[in-house]
Amino acid sequence: MDKDLTQTVQRVLMRHGSNREALVEILHELNAELGYLSQATLALVAEALKLPSSQVLSVASFYSMLDLEPRGTHVIKFCQDAPCHVAGGREVWEALEHELGIGFGATTPDGRWTLLTTSCIGACAVGPVMLVDEDIYGNLTPERVRQILKQVAERDQAGGAA
Amino acid sequence: MAYRANILISSAAPGAPEVEQALLDRIEELQLAREVQVIQAATLGPQPQGVELVIYPEGTHYVRLTPEDARLIVDEHLYKGRPVPRLMYKGLEVEPLEAPASKEVRVVLRNVGKIDPGNIDDYIALDGYAALAKVLTEMTPEQVLEELKRSGLRGRGGAGFPTHLKWTFARNAPGDVKYVICNGDEGDPGAFMNRRVLEGDPHAVIEGMAIAAYVIGARQGYFYVRAEYPIAVSTLRVALDQAREYGLLGDHILGTDFSFDLEVRMGAGAFVCGEETALMQSIEGLRGMPRTRPPFPATSGLWGKPTNINNVETYANVPQIILKGGEWFASMGTEKSKGTKTFAIAGKVKRTGLIEVPLGVTIREIVYDVGGGILNDKKFKAVQTGGPMGGCIPEKYLDLPVDYDNLAKVGSIMGSGGFVVMDEDTCMVDIARFFMEFTQDESCGKCVPCRVGTRRMLEILNNICAGKGKPGDIERLITLGEEIRVGSLCGLGQGAPNPVLSTIEYFRDEYEAHIYEKRCPAKVCKALIEYKIEAATCIGCTRCARNCPVNAIAGKARQVHVIDPEVCIRCGICKQVCPVDAVKIE
Repeated sequence: MDKDLTQTVQRVLMRHGSNREALVEILHELNAELGYLSQATLALVAEALKLPSSQVLSVASFYSMLDLEPRGTHVIKFCQDAPCHVAGGREVWEALEHELGIGFGATTPDGRWTLLTTSCIGACAVGPVMLVDEDIYGNLTPERVRQILKQVAERDQAGGAA
Repeated sequence: MAYRANILISSAAPGAPEVEQALLDRIEELQLAREVQVIQAATLGPQPQGVELVIYPEGTHYVRLTPEDARLIVDEHLYKGRPVPRLMYKGLEVEPLEAPASKEVRVVLRNVGKIDPGNIDDYIALDGYAALAKVLTEMTPEQVLEELKRSGLRGRGGAGFPTHLKWTFARNAPGDVKYVICNGDEGDPGAFMNRRVLEGDPHAVIEGMAIAAYVIGARQGYFYVRAEYPIAVSTLRVALDQAREYGLLGDHILGTDFSFDLEVRMGAGAFVCGEETALMQSIEGLRGMPRTRPPFPATSGLWGKPTNINNVETYANVPQIILKGGEWFASMGTEKSKGTKTFAIAGKVKRTGLIEVPLGVTIREIVYDVGGGILNDKKFKAVQTGGPMGGCIPEKYLDLPVDYDNLAKVGSIMGSGGFVVMDEDTCMVDIARFFMEFTQDESCGKCVPCRVGTRRMLEILNNICAGKGKPGDIERLITLGEEIRVGSLCGLGQGAPNPVLSTIEYFRDEYEAHIYEKRCPAKVCKALIEYKIEAATCIGCTRCARNCPVNAIAGKARQVHVIDPEVCIRCGICKQVCPVDAVKIE
């Protein structure tokens, strides 16, 4: 495990020529590959870039797309911004909380879903919108949210469950 | 190799991968792969309409496609040569977001949705890079600045600083190493014009930046694009590679002494990074926190070097100004705000989407003529412009010509051009609370008035919406707001109180109703409303009782149902499911 982690970190750092200025992007890519940034990951990055670990942590904790905790199999990011809110976002958000039985920032006990918000993804013309992992869903209603959650769950089962 | 047909697909649309796969599979099955090319064009047309295709050379525009539709189009249109009218874009019938011809003028969006953003030849065919060639071979930097000055172009990122002045400062700043930066951290909720330009016409921005680099004497530039826009980032990277391959970036561009190259840097989800000094910190790999100005980036920017930083839309205007002349650009707009501006219309209008109009059109024209009026023919209440740092503009200013100065006069800002329309069902206190939640969350924490003050304002607003407002709250909000405005370093803190202060100014009666009468006039704030079933209308179908998540509704079949206000969580499901509209809000 630790060897794997070291290799992943090495590989990502190589892509950026171990360039300190690319710290934000390095962390971003590690976040995508590893699911989140553990203390061990941050320590490896700090060591390789010869930066104080405090600085690496300060950057990792500043940007909302960098996760310091593990996430569920599927990460739902609901757009929390005004155009989606005006278009009926609150009912959709409540439906999400209700369906998943969790609130903002939480992960379901079975580890399948994490519920987060995102800032505007620029799809305002079809708001309210949410991201399920990388996929955008627009024109949401409470009813559609229930369908989408079901679809994703069915897809998982068909694919032998992720 | 030339293709018989080129198909552009709106690859950014939800469901596009499935449609594209169906398209490709069918093309393969019918052995058309050598004749037909499928191009991923991110977005097509003025307004998203599901998965869309445009088939050239005819220019047939198909909308809202399923994978089955895609197979049908291959069979009929491409194989048999018979277009499928049923699936075509039907002009007014599906209500596209198109301004009347006299109002919409496309300068920045001229190529978006028309060309393949992944093919530099498309851009070059439409005069692409001709402006750069003209600048490098025929014009001195001073002449470029003169042309820009004539155009009257002002920064499209929001503050509206004259572009020629910004460039002049960076040009005159001493130093051998200088940088140009494109601010593509379009974080304003409701604004997505930069995304569309980067995804649809990336070379226009690259060309504008190269011209800026020539003028100020920079050899290196950076695109800073937010991570929420992965398609824009990948489109841009392809465009940069192609420009390098064609010798339009790199050493000795077009055989001249001018050398310039560009890199893309991605954000990671921090709204404040749209502020220029914070953005530069982020490029340097640090926390994106704003710093004091002066020194301005023009004298001390990225790594302490003179830096010119402009918005995507500003750069995209530059090549057109060089080719058509500053006077052409200045012929559009108002006295102090020249040219066109893109606006992203969202919220409660019939037609949402992106438009580009000359500055100076009125709010009424944007909301009613272009946006088609309010959804469900409700009453217009306000429009919130300029993102979370902007203000809410009420009905009495509907005929205000939109430009930088007029918006500032009524307590709002141009910002990047977001236009969120609100109707009579929108509670202005709730909206102000909502924006304050956003800025409170996004405050980087450096300046105490912004960090603590926004939180205190939010607490007061939360109380008001929860029915716990106290006399004096309005005055406290005003005092706090004014102190945050003067006590914060960057635009985020300085603008954060705007939504609250502008709604207090124009909708004070709503605040007062919440505080003194414990009443929400728009019936939005949950603590101040009660759901009731109208006995005369209820048919006793039991649907509400069956759907209530907290069992707050009692009543037998075919008898009038009653909601227990103590148990009710005001989720509104009963109102949604009632077949006879018997559930009322009081």
